[in-house]
Amino acid sequence: MSETETSAPPVELIDEQTTFTLAELCRYCAVEAELIEVLVEQGILEPVGRHGSHWCFPASSLRRTRITLHLQRDLGVNLAGAALALDLLERIDELDARLRAISR
Amino acid sequence: MEYRDYYQIMGVARDATQDEIKRAYRKLARKYHPDVSKESDAEARFKEVGEAYEVLKDPEKRAAYDQLGRQWKNGQEFRPPPDWDAGFEFRGGGYTAGDAGAHSEFFEELFGRGFAGPRGRQERGTFRMRGEHHHAKVLIDLEDSFSGATRSISLRVPELTDDGHIITRDRTLSVRIPGGIRPGQQIRLAGQGGPGLGGAEPGDLYLEVEFRDHPLYRVDGADIYLDLPVTPWEAALGASIKVPTPAGSVDLKIPANSRQGSKLRLRGRGLPGRQPGDLYVVLQVTLPAADSDAARTLYKQMQDQLGYNPRAAMGVS
Repeated sequence: MSETETSAPPVELIDEQTTFTLAELCRYCAVEAELIEVLVEQGILEPVGRHGSHWCFPASSLRRTRITLHLQRDLGVNLAGAALALDLLERIDELDARLRAISR
Repeated sequence: MEYRDYYQIMGVARDATQDEIKRAYRKLARKYHPDVSKESDAEARFKEVGEAYEVLKDPEKRAAYDQLGRQWKNGQEFRPPPDWDAGFEFRGGGYTAGDAGAHSEFFEELFGRGFAGPRGRQERGTFRMRGEHHHAKVLIDLEDSFSGATRSISLRVPELTDDGHIITRDRTLSVRIPGGIRPGQQIRLAGQGGPGLGGAEPGDLYLEVEFRDHPLYRVDGADIYLDLPVTPWEAALGASIKVPTPAGSVDLKIPANSRQGSKLRLRGRGLPGRQPGDLYVVLQVTLPAADSDAARTLYKQMQDQLGYNPRAAMGVS
């Protein structure tokens, strides 16, 4: 079965200036607030502002939360391991970008 | 439908122990995890391996699968024999990891129905659950970020039918790519994810943008880099030359005594947006070939008159 939608649905750009409240991040990642709090405790997410409803999460939180959940689910990685993997993945991305820049 | 050789996919022998299968799975799952792996077919391989493990880790399913015989090859056209699963009971069966709709037709036919049927029927009417958020990557061209673009995106969506089967539906969605978008940024399409159950609202669709490699430019965040070949005399004497940029060509003044690798910045000519990036022109000094008497004479004159030694600091004479 196949269907094509001709009218383009409204899109919302998530760029570096985008920030999320705790409620938005929970909704966008389909998780409970308790889980986000645990990720903050582990240093996986780094919101600015006072704890709870004043928290302001940077745009990268969406990706970091999703990858953490996937690593937990698929590979049985614990949160400390996921935090390490995220940091290493970021480092690899930086190095890849540098490598691409010099190997042209 | 095509036969799947789960032993071949997992890289284990047909008589492998459950422990060997578990170890092989863990290794492959790490290797091909789509969030970790840099391999281009990581996602497909990860799903394939997950499906193979789903069958081989469960002794009942593995026995039923083995009973199909070893004469089949991966990818071969296959029809299950009637009552092939008589006498087997798939305890705790169905899907235990990942997305149900991610499995092959082969898997669905052999192991999928018993699970999806009763559960789907029981839950209808009384159960409300918001649809899943879906994630996908979309490849665009650098130029699309300047002009904005509309891209057709094909998605394979698992769907629960009224009689409890899971089918995969192809869906093409037309998506407006906002101008100024950068690699790694995401686009959120509210309500375009998985359908909700029992009348609940659908999930959202998230698209992560990647740029296709460009023959001229490379992108770093909001900045764009362009390698620009120049002659030795343009670099040495200075020059005003035409330079391509994604928004059209511009005149660039090269200062005298520029060197190989010198970076010239064109402010605000990078990716557009609220804070537009810069365009960096990186000079690549290229030498004309000494393939004529005139050229050789000129090089000889430089050798005699410039007294230039680029290795002066190396302590060799």
